[in-house]
Amino acid sequence: MAVTDAPRIVTARLGHDDSHTLERYLATGGYEGLRKALTMTPEAVAAEVDAASLLGRGGAGFPAGRKWSMLRKDPVTYLVVNGDESEPATFKDHLLIERDPHQLIEGVLIAAYALQVTQAFVYVRGEFALGLERVTQALNEAYDYGAAGTDIFGSGFSIDVVVHPGAGAYICGEETALLESLEGKRGFPRIKPPYFPAAVGLYGQPTVVNNVETMSNMPWIVLHGGEAFAGLGEGRSAGTRLFALSGHVRRPGTYEVEMVKTTFRDLVYAPVYGGGVLGDRKVKAIIPGGVSAPWFGPEQLDLPLGQDEVGNAGSMLGSGAITVMDSSTCMVRAAWRITKFFARESCGQCTPCREGSGWLERVLRRIEQGEGREEDVDLLLDVSDNIAPGLQWPPQQTTICVLGPSIPSSIHSAIDMFRDEFLLHVKEGRCPGG
Amino acid sequence: MTHFDAETAARARELVKLYPEPRSALIPLCHLAQEQDGWLRPEAMEEIAALLGITPAEVRGTATFYDMLHTEPVGRYLVSVCTNIACLLGGAEELLEHAERTLGMRAGGTTSDGMITLEDAECLAGCDRTPCVTVNHRYVGGLSPLAFDQLIADLRAGRRDGEVPPHGTLVRVRRNGGLRAGKEQIASERAATADAQAARARAAKEAAEAQGGGA
Repeated sequence: MAVTDAPRIVTARLGHDDSHTLERYLATGGYEGLRKALTMTPEAVAAEVDAASLLGRGGAGFPAGRKWSMLRKDPVTYLVVNGDESEPATFKDHLLIERDPHQLIEGVLIAAYALQVTQAFVYVRGEFALGLERVTQALNEAYDYGAAGTDIFGSGFSIDVVVHPGAGAYICGEETALLESLEGKRGFPRIKPPYFPAAVGLYGQPTVVNNVETMSNMPWIVLHGGEAFAGLGEGRSAGTRLFALSGHVRRPGTYEVEMVKTTFRDLVYAPVYGGGVLGDRKVKAIIPGGVSAPWFGPEQLDLPLGQDEVGNAGSMLGSGAITVMDSSTCMVRAAWRITKFFARESCGQCTPCREGSGWLERVLRRIEQGEGREEDVDLLLDVSDNIAPGLQWPPQQTTICVLGPSIPSSIHSAIDMFRDEFLLHVKEGRCPGG
Repeated sequence: MTHFDAETAARARELVKLYPEPRSALIPLCHLAQEQDGWLRPEAMEEIAALLGITPAEVRGTATFYDMLHTEPVGRYLVSVCTNIACLLGGAEELLEHAERTLGMRAGGTTSDGMITLEDAECLAGCDRTPCVTVNHRYVGGLSPLAFDQLIADLRAGRRDGEVPPHGTLVRVRRNGGLRAGKEQIASERAATADAQAARARAAKEAAEAQGGGA
């Protein structure tokens, strides 16, 4: 079935032009989840989230309930929301931040109560200027409404939330880099171990870092129960999820779909989603989970949108960004542009990533510009292999964070699927597509 | 401390108070300085350093990591053209070439009248309207070359000044008051954090000394 009748959980309000206002929010059940949560014990709220089997919606897909249970006991703990959405072609958190900021804040407040954290930070990507305004406005309203601050809704629980602007750096989406950034430093990912901020996080204190979409699910989960959420989707992939669909489709956009029950083909072709490929051309390749993910070909269109289904097929749902490239696409150019991105955004701490991304970008550029050599194709794979040994999936890591091993994904995919096209580029000194 | 005007200085002090540790206010303060000056002047970095109890070099060291913090002057309108994958598929390279040709400069440059800075941007998360363009970080949607020329003409004539905030201003909505969850609680938490950090620092020092002694 292409389109299931699953409820819209995080996009229910977006049909309204004023979805970002407190008036609309309250008229559509806003802050009822928080009110209900405050009548429960914090443990009971956390148990609902655990029962929901909600996988983190940032990119790694780590179970949110488990992340919460790992929070080290300490008098001072923090909750940090990762709203630094920067994975290319991902524009779903952007939507939630701009169009339903109260839902995000309510989610933060519910999570803070469940975790008994009294200070939360919402880190919003700096480029989301309107989003920053909307969240700040919503937070001001939440304080005035009594949902945030001292003794919220008369519950005796007090919580402060600070909206923190980023300043333009992809790497700050990596949670330890984000914490460094929040501490006023360069966004350098921290050396692991410790692996989880739940043990050592902001200012060295135990910290939960959750994604915007993850948080935005909280009000619904508390109101309807974790079981109801877990009843949607299938297997490990519970609930609905936002997919940001871009590239050569008629209707690019962010769509909330039920996991597993929906396939890539449904998302690309269903009239209510992508509406088909532009000019009725054929799909040449799709990027299934942001540019860090290995690509799929048209033969994989019938794969379900599920964490394990996509993982077992050799890629990942990652950030929920699906980019469609049709038959007119130059794959050398696509791989070059993605690699240029990584070369620009490498933080520079680790040699394989810092140097490797730059060399790969230059070699791809020379092929794209018609100055490539035949041996360049294997040179690209060789350099990639030095960043992520074995070029396997999931990748081996030679660097502090996963930015490094993400670099080879598009190069390896492009050469694997379209080696002839690379060689033609070299031979003809130009794009064979024209 | 005289570089910040009275209002900016007052807002700066409020921002510092929002965080358990002053240095966390560094990026917000840099945005604030840009709101006053249009870019991050050395004098502003010195004042930020003084407010946070760190050195100007530490402020610069952080600021230079981030694309949005400009340690060199930028034009009155920062026009960012995304050329990343989704926009590339939507004709972004062609739009950027057009922009460079009509503005007579390469991406990264500023027009001689100081009005327009053109940026070849990474993904701006506006991938449903390609090629995505922003002006002073406000989305103006996917643009054709013709629409781009109109945008530039409008900007030069000041016709977009209602929707596009002034030079350097990121956020026009301000936080309505400071922290409210209870001063005593926050004070005790901050003391506990400081204690924990001191203990960790001591442990690290002792470990380093023990290691040094063994070698």
